[in-house]
Amino acid sequence: MAAVVELAGAHKSYGAVEALRGVDIRIEAGEVVAILGPNGAGKTTSIHLMLGLRQPTRGQARLFGRKPTDRGARSRAGVMLQESGVNGALKVRELVQLFRTYHPHPMPARRAIAMAGLEEQADVQSARLSGGQRQRLYYALAVCGDPELLFLDEPTVGMDVESRRGFLSGIRDFADAGRTIVLTTHYLEEADELARRIVVIDRGVVIADAAPREIKSRVAGKRVVFTSDHPLQADELAGLPCSGLVIEGARVRLLSNEPEALLREVFRRGLEVRDLEVAGADLEEAFLTLTSRPAPEAAPR
Amino acid sequence: MSVAAAARREVAPLLPMLLAQTRAQVLSYIRIPAFSVTSLALPLVFYTFFGLPNANKHFADGSSVGLYLMCSFGAYAVSSVMVFSFGIGVATARGQKIDLLQRATPLPPAISILANVINALLYALVAVLVLMAFVLLAAGVRFSIGTAFQIVGLLLAGALPLIGLGMTIGYSSGPNAAPAVANLVYLPMAFASGMFLPIDQLPEFIRTIAHYLPTYHYAQLAYAPTHHAEEPLGWALVWSGAWAVLLLGLAVRAYQRDQSRKFS
Repeated sequence: MAAVVELAGAHKSYGAVEALRGVDIRIEAGEVVAILGPNGAGKTTSIHLMLGLRQPTRGQARLFGRKPTDRGARSRAGVMLQESGVNGALKVRELVQLFRTYHPHPMPARRAIAMAGLEEQADVQSARLSGGQRQRLYYALAVCGDPELLFLDEPTVGMDVESRRGFLSGIRDFADAGRTIVLTTHYLEEADELARRIVVIDRGVVIADAAPREIKSRVAGKRVVFTSDHPLQADELAGLPCSGLVIEGARVRLLSNEPEALLREVFRRGLEVRDLEVAGADLEEAFLTLTSRPAPEAAPR
Repeated sequence: MSVAAAARREVAPLLPMLLAQTRAQVLSYIRIPAFSVTSLALPLVFYTFFGLPNANKHFADGSSVGLYLMCSFGAYAVSSVMVFSFGIGVATARGQKIDLLQRATPLPPAISILANVINALLYALVAVLVLMAFVLLAAGVRFSIGTAFQIVGLLLAGALPLIGLGMTIGYSSGPNAAPAVANLVYLPMAFASGMFLPIDQLPEFIRTIAHYLPTYHYAQLAYAPTHHAEEPLGWALVWSGAWAVLLLGLAVRAYQRDQSRKFS
Protein backbone atom coordinates (compact mmCIF):
# COMPACT_ATOMS: atom_id res chain seq x y z
CA MET A 1 0.00 0.00 0.00
CA ALA A 2 1.21 3.47 -0.79
CA ALA A 3 2.42 5.58 2.10
CA VAL A 4 0.13 8.42 3.16
CA VAL A 5 2.99 10.89 2.95
CA GLU A 6 6.36 10.33 1.40
CA LEU A 7 9.47 12.37 0.77
CA ALA A 8 12.10 10.44 -1.15
CA GLY A 9 15.58 11.88 -1.53
CA ALA A 10 14.01 15.31 -1.36
CA HIS A 11 16.28 18.29 -1.90
CA LYS A 12 15.11 21.87 -1.82
CA SER A 13 17.19 24.94 -2.56
CA TYR A 14 16.10 28.56 -2.33
CA GLY A 15 18.69 30.21 -4.52
CA ALA A 16 22.03 29.42 -2.92
CA VAL A 17 20.46 28.22 0.34
CA GLU A 18 19.99 24.47 0.65
CA ALA A 19 17.00 24.05 2.93
CA LEU A 20 16.73 20.28 2.47
CA ARG A 21 19.60 18.01 1.50
CA GLY A 22 18.14 14.62 0.74
CA VAL A 23 15.28 13.91 3.12
CA ASP A 24 13.54 10.52 3.26
CA ILE A 25 10.38 10.34 5.33
CA ARG A 26 7.68 7.73 4.83
CA ILE A 27 4.53 8.00 6.89
CA GLU A 28 1.91 5.24 6.94
CA ALA A 29 -1.81 5.52 7.65
CA GLY A 30 -2.60 6.03 11.32
CA GLU A 31 0.86 7.19 12.34
CA VAL A 32 1.35 10.25 14.51
CA VAL A 33 4.69 11.73 13.59
CA ALA A 34 6.42 14.78 14.98
CA ILE A 35 9.04 16.49 12.88
CA LEU A 36 11.33 18.09 15.38
CA GLY A 37 14.22 20.45 14.85
CA PRO A 38 15.61 23.87 15.68
CA ASN A 39 14.47 26.96 13.79
CA GLY A 40 15.62 26.93 10.20
CA ALA A 41 16.26 23.17 10.25
CA GLY A 42 13.93 22.49 7.32
CA LYS A 43 10.75 21.42 9.12
CA THR A 44 8.44 23.87 7.38
CA THR A 45 10.09 23.25 4.03
CA SER A 46 9.45 19.51 4.49
CA ILE A 47 5.78 20.16 5.22
CA HIS A 48 5.52 22.50 2.24
CA LEU A 49 6.95 19.81 -0.05
CA MET A 50 4.52 17.22 1.34
CA LEU A 51 1.65 19.62 0.61
CA GLY A 52 2.83 20.63 -2.84
CA LEU A 53 3.22 24.26 -1.77
CA ARG A 54 6.81 23.91 -2.90
CA GLN A 55 8.35 21.59 -5.46
CA PRO A 56 11.48 19.59 -4.59
CA THR A 57 14.60 20.67 -6.47
CA ARG A 58 15.50 16.97 -6.62
CA GLY A 59 13.82 13.83 -5.36
CA GLN A 60 10.09 13.52 -4.96
CA ALA A 61 7.13 14.20 -2.72
CA ARG A 62 3.97 12.08 -2.63
CA LEU A 63 0.63 12.53 -0.90
CA PHE A 64 -1.56 9.40 -0.85
CA GLY A 65 0.68 8.05 -3.59
CA ARG A 66 -0.05 10.99 -5.88
CA LYS A 67 1.43 14.36 -6.69
CA PRO A 68 0.74 16.57 -3.66
CA THR A 69 -0.93 19.19 -5.87
CA ASP A 70 -3.55 16.63 -6.95
CA ARG A 71 -6.97 17.85 -5.83
CA GLY A 72 -8.11 14.35 -4.88
CA ALA A 73 -5.07 13.85 -2.66
CA ARG A 74 -5.45 17.28 -1.06
CA SER A 75 -9.13 16.68 -0.43
CA ARG A 76 -8.12 14.00 2.10
CA ALA A 77 -5.81 16.29 4.08
CA GLY A 78 -6.34 19.17 6.49
CA VAL A 79 -3.67 21.77 7.01
CA MET A 80 -2.59 24.21 9.68
CA LEU A 81 0.28 26.39 8.49
CA GLN A 82 2.61 28.85 10.15
CA GLU A 83 2.41 32.45 9.07
CA SER A 84 -0.63 32.03 6.92
CA GLY A 85 -3.74 34.15 7.11
CA VAL A 86 -7.47 34.18 6.62
CA ASN A 87 -9.86 36.94 5.67
CA GLY A 88 -10.03 39.03 8.84
CA ALA A 89 -13.47 40.41 8.07
CA LEU A 90 -15.07 36.97 8.15
CA LYS A 91 -16.39 35.41 11.34
CA VAL A 92 -15.14 32.10 12.72
CA ARG A 93 -18.30 30.25 11.71
CA GLU A 94 -18.26 31.75 8.21
CA LEU A 95 -14.66 30.72 7.65
CA VAL A 96 -15.35 27.17 8.84
CA GLN A 97 -18.38 26.98 6.55
CA LEU A 98 -16.28 28.27 3.66
CA PHE A 99 -13.47 25.76 4.21
CA ARG A 100 -15.98 22.91 4.53
CA THR A 101 -16.99 23.45 0.91
CA TYR A 102 -13.42 22.67 -0.20
CA HIS A 103 -13.78 19.06 0.97
CA PRO A 104 -16.03 16.28 -0.34
CA HIS A 105 -17.11 14.86 3.04
CA PRO A 106 -16.84 17.62 5.65
CA MET A 107 -17.94 17.35 9.26
CA PRO A 108 -20.67 19.68 10.58
CA ALA A 109 -19.29 23.21 11.16
CA ARG A 110 -20.52 23.11 14.74
CA ARG A 111 -18.39 20.03 15.45
CA ALA A 112 -15.24 21.55 13.97
CA ILE A 113 -15.77 24.70 16.03
CA ALA A 114 -16.31 22.59 19.16
CA MET A 115 -13.18 20.54 18.47
CA ALA A 116 -11.22 23.78 18.40
CA GLY A 117 -12.96 25.06 21.53
CA LEU A 118 -14.21 28.18 19.76
CA GLU A 119 -17.94 27.92 20.50
CA GLU A 120 -17.93 31.27 22.26
CA GLN A 121 -16.02 32.98 19.46
CA ALA A 122 -18.07 31.51 16.60
CA ASP A 123 -19.54 34.90 15.70
CA VAL A 124 -16.36 36.91 16.16
CA GLN A 125 -14.54 38.29 13.14
CA SER A 126 -11.24 36.49 12.77
CA ALA A 127 -9.23 39.72 12.89
CA ARG A 128 -10.44 40.22 16.49
CA LEU A 129 -9.19 36.88 17.81
CA SER A 130 -6.21 36.59 20.14
CA GLY A 131 -3.09 34.77 18.99
CA GLY A 132 -4.09 31.53 20.69
CA GLN A 133 -7.69 31.73 19.43
CA ARG A 134 -6.36 32.33 15.96
CA GLN A 135 -4.36 29.09 16.17
CA ARG A 136 -7.54 27.31 17.26
CA LEU A 137 -9.36 28.79 14.29
CA TYR A 138 -6.68 27.40 11.99
CA TYR A 139 -7.14 24.05 13.70
CA ALA A 140 -10.91 24.21 13.08
CA LEU A 141 -10.23 25.00 9.42
CA ALA A 142 -7.82 22.08 9.23
CA VAL A 143 -10.23 19.52 10.70
CA CYS A 144 -13.53 20.75 9.22
CA GLY A 145 -13.03 18.67 6.08
CA ASP A 146 -12.91 15.57 8.33
CA PRO A 147 -9.51 14.68 6.83
CA GLU A 148 -7.72 11.35 7.04
CA LEU A 149 -4.46 13.24 7.36
CA LEU A 150 -3.71 16.34 9.37
CA PHE A 151 -0.68 18.60 8.93
CA LEU A 152 0.05 20.85 11.89
CA ASP A 153 2.97 23.23 11.45
CA GLU A 154 3.95 24.57 14.89
CA PRO A 155 0.35 24.30 16.14
CA THR A 156 0.77 25.64 19.67
CA VAL A 157 2.64 28.85 18.86
CA GLY A 158 1.04 31.75 20.74
CA MET A 159 -0.93 29.56 23.17
CA ASP A 160 -0.68 29.80 26.92
CA VAL A 161 0.04 26.68 28.97
CA GLU A 162 -3.58 26.03 29.85
CA SER A 163 -5.05 26.28 26.36
CA ARG A 164 -2.06 24.39 24.99
CA ARG A 165 -2.88 21.39 27.18
CA GLY A 166 -6.51 21.27 26.08
CA PHE A 167 -5.52 21.75 22.49
CA LEU A 168 -3.00 18.89 22.56
CA SER A 169 -5.53 16.56 24.11
CA GLY A 170 -7.94 17.40 21.30
CA ILE A 171 -5.29 16.48 18.76
CA ARG A 172 -4.70 13.23 20.62
CA ASP A 173 -8.41 12.38 20.38
CA PHE A 174 -8.30 13.00 16.67
CA ALA A 175 -5.27 10.72 16.38
CA ASP A 176 -6.99 8.04 18.45
CA ALA A 177 -9.77 8.02 15.88
CA GLY A 178 -7.22 6.54 13.49
CA ARG A 179 -6.16 9.68 11.64
CA THR A 180 -2.65 10.27 10.43
CA ILE A 181 -1.03 13.34 11.94
CA VAL A 182 2.15 15.07 10.91
CA LEU A 183 3.20 17.93 13.15
CA THR A 184 6.27 20.08 13.41
CA THR A 185 7.48 21.56 16.61
CA HIS A 186 10.63 22.74 18.24
CA TYR A 187 9.52 21.51 21.66
CA LEU A 188 10.73 18.03 22.48
CA GLU A 189 8.06 17.67 25.20
CA GLU A 190 5.31 18.47 22.74
CA ALA A 191 6.59 15.90 20.28
CA ASP A 192 6.95 13.39 23.11
CA GLU A 193 3.43 14.07 24.35
CA LEU A 194 1.71 13.58 21.02
CA ALA A 195 3.76 11.50 18.69
CA ARG A 196 4.59 7.84 18.52
CA ARG A 197 7.45 8.60 16.19
CA ILE A 198 9.84 11.54 16.06
CA VAL A 199 11.80 12.57 13.02
CA VAL A 200 14.60 14.97 13.91
CA ILE A 201 15.72 17.31 11.15
CA ASP A 202 18.78 19.48 11.40
CA ARG A 203 20.33 21.61 8.68
CA GLY A 204 18.23 19.97 6.01
CA VAL A 205 18.88 16.30 6.81
CA VAL A 206 17.10 13.72 8.94
CA ILE A 207 19.44 12.99 11.83
CA ALA A 208 17.16 10.65 13.76
CA ASP A 209 13.90 8.83 13.16
CA ALA A 210 12.68 6.74 16.08
CA ALA A 211 10.21 6.38 18.93
CA PRO A 212 10.16 9.26 21.42
CA ARG A 213 11.72 7.13 24.18
CA GLU A 214 14.68 6.29 22.01
CA ILE A 215 15.15 9.87 20.86
CA LYS A 216 15.09 11.12 24.42
CA SER A 217 17.70 8.59 25.48
CA ARG A 218 19.95 9.72 22.67
CA VAL A 219 19.53 13.40 23.31
CA ALA A 220 21.92 14.80 25.87
CA GLY A 221 20.14 16.03 28.95
CA LYS A 222 22.87 18.05 30.66
CA ARG A 223 25.56 20.51 29.73
CA VAL A 224 28.72 20.21 31.84
CA VAL A 225 31.36 22.94 31.99
CA PHE A 226 34.51 22.96 34.15
CA THR A 227 38.07 24.25 34.25
CA SER A 228 41.08 22.14 35.08
CA ASP A 229 44.42 23.31 36.44
CA HIS A 230 46.30 22.67 33.21
CA PRO A 231 45.56 22.79 29.46
CA LEU A 232 43.94 19.44 28.73
CA GLN A 233 44.77 17.02 25.94
CA ALA A 234 42.01 15.15 24.14
CA ASP A 235 43.29 11.74 25.33
CA GLU A 236 42.88 12.77 28.97
CA LEU A 237 39.12 12.92 28.34
CA ALA A 238 38.87 10.00 25.94
CA GLY A 239 36.11 7.46 26.53
CA LEU A 240 33.92 9.65 28.70
CA PRO A 241 30.11 9.18 28.27
CA CYS A 242 29.67 12.51 26.58
CA SER A 243 29.34 14.30 23.27
CA GLY A 244 29.90 17.73 21.82
CA LEU A 245 33.22 17.89 23.64
CA VAL A 246 35.00 21.24 23.31
CA ILE A 247 38.41 21.82 24.94
CA GLU A 248 39.72 25.37 25.09
CA GLY A 249 42.99 25.18 27.00
CA ALA A 250 42.06 24.25 30.55
CA ARG A 251 38.36 24.86 29.95
CA VAL A 252 36.07 21.96 28.98
CA ARG A 253 32.49 22.00 27.68
CA LEU A 254 30.51 18.87 26.92
CA LEU A 255 27.03 17.38 26.82
CA SER A 256 26.03 14.23 28.67
CA ASN A 257 23.08 12.13 29.70
CA GLU A 258 24.97 10.72 32.68
CA PRO A 259 26.73 13.70 34.26
CA GLU A 260 27.22 11.87 37.58
CA ALA A 261 28.96 8.89 35.99
CA LEU A 262 30.97 11.25 33.84
CA LEU A 263 32.19 13.33 36.75
CA ARG A 264 32.97 10.20 38.79
CA GLU A 265 35.20 9.08 35.95
CA VAL A 266 36.81 12.54 35.68
CA PHE A 267 37.66 12.50 39.40
CA ARG A 268 38.86 8.88 39.18
CA ARG A 269 41.35 9.98 36.53
CA GLY A 270 42.63 12.53 39.02
CA LEU A 271 41.80 15.57 36.96
CA GLU A 272 41.49 18.85 38.83
CA VAL A 273 37.98 20.30 38.47
CA ARG A 274 37.14 23.96 39.20
CA ASP A 275 34.20 26.24 38.37
CA LEU A 276 31.99 23.22 37.72
CA GLU A 277 28.63 23.94 36.12
CA VAL A 278 26.00 21.33 35.34
CA ALA A 279 22.85 22.63 33.68
CA GLY A 280 19.98 21.31 31.58
CA ALA A 281 20.89 21.37 27.91
CA ASP A 282 18.55 23.36 25.72
CA LEU A 283 17.16 21.86 22.57
CA GLU A 284 19.78 23.43 20.32
CA GLU A 285 22.47 21.76 22.42
CA ALA A 286 20.53 18.53 22.59
CA PHE A 287 20.48 18.43 18.81
CA LEU A 288 24.24 18.85 18.79
CA THR A 289 24.48 15.40 20.37
CA LEU A 290 22.46 13.90 17.60
CA THR A 291 24.41 15.75 14.95
CA SER A 292 27.77 14.66 16.29
CA ARG A 293 26.60 11.07 16.65
CA PRO A 294 24.34 10.50 13.67
CA ALA A 295 22.07 7.50 13.98
CA PRO A 296 23.05 4.73 11.54
CA GLU A 297 19.79 4.87 9.59
CA ALA A 298 20.18 8.61 9.16
CA ALA A 299 23.80 8.70 8.08
CA PRO A 300 24.24 11.04 5.12
CA ARG A 301 24.42 9.15 1.86
CA MET B 1 -27.03 11.34 -5.46
CA SER B 2 -27.12 8.01 -3.66
CA VAL B 3 -25.19 7.44 -0.46
CA ALA B 4 -22.83 5.07 -2.23
CA ALA B 5 -22.07 7.60 -4.95
CA ALA B 6 -21.52 10.31 -2.34
CA ALA B 7 -19.12 8.08 -0.44
CA ARG B 8 -17.08 7.56 -3.59
CA ARG B 9 -16.84 11.26 -4.34
CA GLU B 10 -13.16 12.15 -4.34
CA VAL B 11 -13.36 15.90 -4.58
CA ALA B 12 -15.92 18.49 -3.59
CA PRO B 13 -18.23 19.85 -6.31
CA LEU B 14 -17.03 23.17 -7.75
CA LEU B 15 -20.27 25.13 -7.95
CA PRO B 16 -21.04 25.20 -4.19
CA MET B 17 -17.35 26.03 -3.67
CA LEU B 18 -17.64 29.00 -6.05
CA LEU B 19 -20.86 30.19 -4.43
CA ALA B 20 -19.40 29.96 -0.92
CA GLN B 21 -16.21 31.69 -2.01
CA THR B 22 -18.19 34.49 -3.67
CA ARG B 23 -20.44 34.87 -0.65
CA ALA B 24 -17.37 35.16 1.59
CA GLN B 25 -15.89 37.83 -0.70
CA VAL B 26 -19.11 39.83 -0.81
CA LEU B 27 -19.52 39.68 2.97
CA SER B 28 -15.98 40.75 3.66
CA TYR B 29 -16.23 43.70 1.25
CA ILE B 30 -19.48 44.89 2.82
CA ARG B 31 -17.65 44.85 6.15
CA ILE B 32 -14.85 47.09 4.89
CA PRO B 33 -16.58 50.49 4.70
CA ALA B 34 -13.43 52.08 3.29
CA PHE B 35 -14.21 50.09 0.19
CA SER B 36 -17.96 49.50 0.18
CA VAL B 37 -19.07 52.99 1.22
CA THR B 38 -16.60 54.90 -0.93
CA SER B 39 -17.32 52.85 -4.02
CA LEU B 40 -21.03 53.53 -3.68
CA ALA B 41 -20.87 57.11 -2.38
CA LEU B 42 -18.12 58.73 -4.46
CA PRO B 43 -19.96 58.52 -7.79
CA LEU B 44 -22.94 60.21 -6.11
CA VAL B 45 -20.73 62.91 -4.61
CA PHE B 46 -19.11 63.59 -7.97
CA TYR B 47 -22.45 63.62 -9.72
CA THR B 48 -23.68 66.12 -7.16
CA PHE B 49 -20.68 68.39 -7.87
CA PHE B 50 -20.43 68.10 -11.62
CA GLY B 51 -23.70 66.60 -12.77
CA LEU B 52 -26.53 68.21 -10.82
CA PRO B 53 -25.81 71.82 -11.96
CA ASN B 54 -26.04 70.68 -15.60
CA ALA B 55 -28.44 67.78 -15.23
CA ASN B 56 -31.40 69.46 -16.88
CA LYS B 57 -29.49 71.07 -19.76
CA HIS B 58 -29.66 69.62 -23.22
CA PHE B 59 -27.28 69.18 -26.11
CA ALA B 60 -28.02 70.90 -29.42
CA ASP B 61 -29.83 67.75 -30.61
CA GLY B 62 -32.09 67.86 -27.58
CA SER B 63 -30.56 64.90 -25.71
CA SER B 64 -29.92 65.12 -21.99
CA VAL B 65 -26.65 66.35 -20.51
CA GLY B 66 -27.68 64.79 -17.20
CA LEU B 67 -27.85 61.36 -18.85
CA TYR B 68 -24.47 61.85 -20.51
CA LEU B 69 -22.90 62.73 -17.15
CA MET B 70 -24.56 59.70 -15.57
CA CYS B 71 -22.67 57.59 -18.10
CA SER B 72 -19.42 59.39 -17.19
CA PHE B 73 -19.79 58.71 -13.51
CA GLY B 74 -21.14 55.23 -14.17
CA ALA B 75 -17.91 54.51 -16.02
CA TYR B 76 -15.99 55.99 -13.10
CA ALA B 77 -18.00 53.91 -10.59
CA VAL B 78 -17.39 50.58 -12.33
CA SER B 79 -13.78 51.19 -13.28
CA SER B 80 -12.84 52.31 -9.78
CA VAL B 81 -14.46 49.19 -8.28
CA MET B 82 -12.44 47.04 -10.68
CA VAL B 83 -9.10 48.78 -10.23
CA PHE B 84 -9.37 49.15 -6.45
CA SER B 85 -11.03 45.84 -5.56
CA PHE B 86 -8.43 43.90 -7.51
CA GLY B 87 -5.50 46.27 -7.07
CA ILE B 88 -5.84 46.76 -3.34
CA GLY B 89 -7.90 43.66 -2.48
CA VAL B 90 -5.50 41.19 -4.07
CA ALA B 91 -2.40 42.94 -2.72
CA THR B 92 -3.88 42.97 0.79
CA ALA B 93 -4.82 39.29 0.62
CA ARG B 94 -1.28 38.48 -0.53
CA GLY B 95 0.15 40.61 2.27
CA GLN B 96 -1.90 38.69 4.86
CA LYS B 97 -0.82 35.39 3.27
CA ILE B 98 -4.41 34.37 2.77
CA ASP B 99 -3.29 32.75 -0.46
CA LEU B 100 -0.77 30.51 1.34
CA LEU B 101 -3.36 28.61 3.37
CA GLN B 102 -5.82 28.57 0.48
CA ARG B 103 -3.16 27.15 -1.77
CA ALA B 104 -2.73 24.18 0.59
CA THR B 105 -6.46 23.35 0.44
CA PRO B 106 -8.21 21.58 -2.43
CA LEU B 107 -9.68 24.94 -3.55
CA PRO B 108 -8.59 25.45 -7.18
CA PRO B 109 -6.98 28.91 -7.57
CA ALA B 110 -9.23 29.60 -10.57
CA ILE B 111 -12.32 29.33 -8.35
CA SER B 112 -10.92 31.90 -5.98
CA ILE B 113 -10.11 34.30 -8.84
CA LEU B 114 -13.52 33.76 -10.42
CA ALA B 115 -15.18 34.52 -7.08
CA ASN B 116 -13.22 37.80 -6.96
CA VAL B 117 -14.46 38.68 -10.44
CA ILE B 118 -18.09 37.90 -9.59
CA ASN B 119 -17.81 39.87 -6.37
CA ALA B 120 -16.40 42.89 -8.21
CA LEU B 121 -19.08 42.68 -10.91
CA LEU B 122 -21.80 42.54 -8.22
CA TYR B 123 -20.37 45.60 -6.48
CA ALA B 124 -20.03 47.45 -9.75
CA LEU B 125 -23.63 46.60 -10.62
CA VAL B 126 -24.88 47.89 -7.28
CA ALA B 127 -22.78 51.06 -7.64
CA VAL B 128 -24.25 51.77 -11.09
CA LEU B 129 -27.80 51.03 -10.00
CA VAL B 130 -27.44 53.33 -6.98
CA LEU B 131 -26.10 56.06 -9.25
CA MET B 132 -28.96 55.59 -11.70
CA ALA B 133 -31.53 55.78 -8.91
CA PHE B 134 -29.86 58.93 -7.63
CA VAL B 135 -29.86 60.54 -11.07
CA LEU B 136 -33.47 59.57 -11.60
CA LEU B 137 -34.69 60.80 -8.22
CA ALA B 138 -32.37 63.69 -7.32
CA ALA B 139 -31.72 65.14 -10.75
CA GLY B 140 -35.03 64.21 -12.36
CA VAL B 141 -33.29 62.95 -15.49
CA ARG B 142 -35.51 60.57 -17.45
CA PHE B 143 -34.26 57.59 -19.43
CA SER B 144 -35.83 54.38 -20.64
CA ILE B 145 -35.38 50.93 -19.12
CA GLY B 146 -33.79 49.90 -22.42
CA THR B 147 -31.17 52.65 -22.16
CA ALA B 148 -30.47 51.67 -18.56
CA PHE B 149 -29.95 48.03 -19.60
CA GLN B 150 -27.63 49.05 -22.43
CA ILE B 151 -25.54 51.25 -20.16
CA VAL B 152 -25.25 48.58 -17.45
CA GLY B 153 -24.47 45.87 -20.00
CA LEU B 154 -21.75 47.88 -21.73
CA LEU B 155 -20.21 49.03 -18.44
CA LEU B 156 -19.98 45.50 -17.03
CA ALA B 157 -18.92 43.77 -20.23
CA GLY B 158 -16.38 46.48 -21.02
CA ALA B 159 -14.77 46.20 -17.59
CA LEU B 160 -12.47 43.35 -18.63
CA PRO B 161 -9.39 45.53 -19.35
CA LEU B 162 -9.88 47.27 -15.99
CA ILE B 163 -9.98 43.92 -14.19
CA GLY B 164 -6.68 43.22 -15.94
CA LEU B 165 -5.27 46.55 -14.77
CA GLY B 166 -6.42 45.95 -11.19
CA MET B 167 -5.00 42.42 -11.11
CA THR B 168 -1.69 43.55 -12.56
CA ILE B 169 -1.38 46.09 -9.75
CA GLY B 170 -2.62 43.62 -7.12
CA TYR B 171 -0.20 40.85 -8.06
CA SER B 172 2.83 43.08 -8.53
CA SER B 173 2.69 45.54 -5.63
CA GLY B 174 2.82 45.02 -1.89
CA PRO B 175 -0.15 45.71 0.38
CA ASN B 176 1.23 49.09 1.49
CA ALA B 177 2.15 50.31 -1.97
CA ALA B 178 -0.97 49.07 -3.77
CA PRO B 179 -3.37 51.92 -2.79
CA ALA B 180 -0.83 54.51 -3.91
CA VAL B 181 -0.04 52.68 -7.13
CA ALA B 182 -3.73 52.16 -7.93
CA ASN B 183 -4.51 55.84 -7.33
CA LEU B 184 -1.49 57.09 -9.24
CA VAL B 185 -2.19 54.92 -12.25
CA TYR B 186 -5.94 55.06 -12.33
CA LEU B 187 -7.04 58.54 -11.23
CA PRO B 188 -5.08 60.52 -13.87
CA MET B 189 -6.30 58.06 -16.49
CA ALA B 190 -9.92 58.46 -15.41
CA PHE B 191 -9.54 62.24 -15.42
CA ALA B 192 -7.84 62.36 -18.81
CA SER B 193 -10.55 60.12 -20.25
CA GLY B 194 -13.28 62.64 -19.51
CA MET B 195 -14.92 60.82 -16.62
CA PHE B 196 -14.90 63.89 -14.37
CA LEU B 197 -14.92 66.75 -16.88
CA PRO B 198 -16.21 66.33 -20.42
CA ILE B 199 -13.28 65.54 -22.64
CA ASP B 200 -13.77 68.59 -24.91
CA GLN B 201 -13.08 70.78 -21.90
CA LEU B 202 -9.65 69.22 -21.31
CA PRO B 203 -6.37 70.64 -22.69
CA GLU B 204 -5.44 69.58 -26.21
CA PHE B 205 -2.42 67.43 -25.24
CA ILE B 206 -4.44 65.46 -22.71
CA ARG B 207 -7.12 64.81 -25.31
CA THR B 208 -4.45 63.50 -27.65
CA ILE B 209 -3.07 61.14 -25.02
CA ALA B 210 -6.58 60.15 -23.94
CA HIS B 211 -7.28 58.45 -27.24
CA TYR B 212 -4.83 55.71 -26.33
CA LEU B 213 -6.05 55.05 -22.79
CA PRO B 214 -8.21 52.03 -21.90
CA THR B 215 -10.36 54.24 -19.68
CA TYR B 216 -11.09 56.58 -22.61
CA HIS B 217 -12.46 53.77 -24.74
CA TYR B 218 -14.29 52.42 -21.73
CA ALA B 219 -16.04 55.75 -21.22
CA GLN B 220 -16.81 55.85 -24.95
CA LEU B 221 -18.56 52.49 -24.59
CA ALA B 222 -20.68 53.96 -21.81
CA TYR B 223 -21.65 56.97 -23.94
CA ALA B 224 -22.81 54.81 -26.85
CA PRO B 225 -26.46 54.61 -25.68
CA THR B 226 -26.59 58.44 -25.40
CA HIS B 227 -25.41 58.90 -28.99
CA HIS B 228 -22.83 61.37 -27.76
CA ALA B 229 -19.75 59.18 -27.96
CA GLU B 230 -16.73 60.59 -29.80
CA GLU B 231 -15.94 57.27 -31.40
CA PRO B 232 -18.25 54.67 -32.92
CA LEU B 233 -19.24 51.75 -30.66
CA GLY B 234 -17.42 49.30 -32.93
CA TRP B 235 -14.10 51.10 -32.49
CA ALA B 236 -14.61 51.42 -28.75
CA LEU B 237 -15.15 47.67 -28.61
CA VAL B 238 -12.05 46.93 -30.71
CA TRP B 239 -9.87 49.20 -28.58
CA SER B 240 -11.29 47.76 -25.36
CA GLY B 241 -10.73 44.23 -26.64
CA ALA B 242 -7.12 45.01 -27.47
CA TRP B 243 -6.57 46.59 -24.06
CA ALA B 244 -8.24 43.58 -22.43
CA VAL B 245 -5.80 41.22 -24.16
CA LEU B 246 -2.81 43.34 -23.17
CA LEU B 247 -3.80 44.04 -19.56
CA LEU B 248 -5.09 40.54 -18.82
CA GLY B 249 -1.83 39.23 -20.32
CA LEU B 250 0.13 41.45 -17.95
CA ALA B 251 -2.09 40.30 -15.07
CA VAL B 252 -1.42 36.65 -15.88
CA ARG B 253 2.32 37.33 -15.99
CA ALA B 254 2.22 39.19 -12.67
CA TYR B 255 0.16 36.35 -11.18
CA GLN B 256 2.56 33.68 -12.44
CA ARG B 257 5.59 35.57 -11.20
CA ASP B 258 4.00 35.94 -7.76
CA GLN B 259 3.00 32.27 -7.64
CA SER B 260 6.33 30.92 -8.83
CA ARG B 261 8.15 33.05 -6.26
CA LYS B 262 6.04 31.58 -3.48
CA PHE B 263 5.08 28.14 -4.68
CA SER B 264 7.93 26.64 -6.70
